[in-house]
Amino acid sequence: MTSLLCLRGVKTYYGNIIALRGIDVDVREGEIVTLIGANGAGKSTLMMTIFGNPRAREGSIRFAGRDITGLPTHEIARLRIAQSPEGRRIFPRMTVMENLQMGAAVRDGGTAADLKRVLSLFPRLADRLSQRGGTLSGGEQQMLAIARALMGRPRLLLLDEPSLGLAPIIARQIFDIIRILNERDGLSVLLVEQNAYHALRLAHRGYVIVNGAITISGTGHELLARPEVRAAYLEGGRR
Amino acid sequence: MEVFVQQLINGITLGSIYGLIAIGYTMVFGIIGMVNFAHGDVFMVSAFIGLIAYLIVTAWLGIASAVGALLIVLIVAMALTSLVNWTIERIAYRPLRGSFRLAPLISAIGMSILLSNFVQVAQGPRNKSIPPLLQGEFVLMGRESYQVTLSHRQLLIWIVTAVLLVVFWYLVSRTALGRAQRACEQDQKMAALLGVDVDRTISITFVIGAALAAVAGTMYLMYYGVVNFSDGFTPGVKAFTAAVLGGIGSLPGAVVGGILIGLVETMWSAYFSIDYKDVAAFSILAITLIFLPQGLLGRPEVEKV
Ligand SMILES: Nc1ncnc2c1ncn2[C@@H]1O[C@H](COP(=O)(O)OP(=O)(O)O)[C@@H](O)[C@H]1O
Ligand SMILES: [Mg+2]
Repeated sequence: MTSLLCLRGVKTYYGNIIALRGIDVDVREGEIVTLIGANGAGKSTLMMTIFGNPRAREGSIRFAGRDITGLPTHEIARLRIAQSPEGRRIFPRMTVMENLQMGAAVRDGGTAADLKRVLSLFPRLADRLSQRGGTLSGGEQQMLAIARALMGRPRLLLLDEPSLGLAPIIARQIFDIIRILNERDGLSVLLVEQNAYHALRLAHRGYVIVNGAITISGTGHELLARPEVRAAYLEGGRR
Repeated sequence: MEVFVQQLINGITLGSIYGLIAIGYTMVFGIIGMVNFAHGDVFMVSAFIGLIAYLIVTAWLGIASAVGALLIVLIVAMALTSLVNWTIERIAYRPLRGSFRLAPLISAIGMSILLSNFVQVAQGPRNKSIPPLLQGEFVLMGRESYQVTLSHRQLLIWIVTAVLLVVFWYLVSRTALGRAQRACEQDQKMAALLGVDVDRTISITFVIGAALAAVAGTMYLMYYGVVNFSDGFTPGVKAFTAAVLGGIGSLPGAVVGGILIGLVETMWSAYFSIDYKDVAAFSILAITLIFLPQGLLGRPEVEKV
């Protein structure tokens, strides 16, 4: 199978400080891939580097066979890669509906069917369409962030810590939805999680990132079985 | 009583002009957090563009209908002023984005000086005038000694302002372009992640601000019949005051603030001293900044973290 997303030797800096030290990551068509690592390891930096903000200083990023390393952020989004970023970044003074419409900005028009499809996944948002984004609860904001990303009918969805700060039931709902989207629609997903146990169970493959470099990779089950992964990321993290 | 009603009419007219300029300040501030010091001069330039267009339309093309001529002048002024402001943003502000915070501000002051000096040199330092047009008026009430009138010019200013505000409101609140504009205001990084071209959206903001300033400029020219290269400054500061009073970043606030400033100015002139009308308007700026820095319709804080 060919890679939908392919990173080779990606190095990213903040000023003169290196944040990614040469990353190789692949996401194949139809795959859920997870990236796990401690706080400050560079997970969010990697997610944003894929979108060119910050931009990779070395290495290459290809999406669907096309080199996107130097493309402006908004043009990358128009290739139908969507991201629910760290911190959700809902537009607080826009309604839920407007937030969703912003998600469809990458494709002009034709949002009625997408809206229906997305709201059937997140029925809680359907009752709140005219409410301002900033007044939603944390869980609802996370749902909105994912729903917004889905409005553009992405081929690849990047999710940065979707379960952060959510009650376990809500987190489980969100993981279930990721699974449904993957199995039913064949959506490819790159998932960053602090909840490594659930992420590795859900994912086909995973990478461990430590201090800006990939140290271990393998299938979800392989990683779950590795003692060093268990020691570092799963101790006490289970259930 | 009659004096009051008359000043109300005059104040709303003047306030409409300030409100239209104030929208440009408030939109630019909303999206890039910069006070565009050159905006008053963009307004002045638009009045000169309107003046030249008016002379061409009436003298050379010989269009007789005053309303028809004004319409053409309005469209030409809006288009050319937009182009001017678009260019200013490209050459003077965009390259400084991401630089230190004061850099674009200083650049805007430079642009303000450049525009007024350019017009002074190109058009001369003296008042330029157009023949008075639309002379008629409606007598609304009053006795022989004092009649309350609404001139055709004033009515036209009200109508044009109202129509443009509706169009503008629709654009900002109901169209994809307006949504993208508001998205950039709230979170540029996220807007870009959703495929919004942030630079282009900022350019469009400058274009819209300039188009509305050009409407104000044309109305100003028609209302007073004269324009001068230094006319950017005082209306500019008053419109800025209006934006601050209404709550900078708030579009309805800009309009409400504009009308209030217009009313303060005309009422002050009627009941106190006309010499101090600018002082009265500017005192409001100081008072607002000290006691009500978020303005009348300032941002509601509903954000949750
Ligand atoms: N905007 C920034 N400017 C400077 N350094 C940053 C910035 N964002 C993140 N970093 C640094 O880069 C490293 C990786 O951060 P991040 O990608 O957010 O990690 P993670 O998402 O894995 O917690 C950290 O050392 C962090 O302090
Ligand atoms: Mg992070």
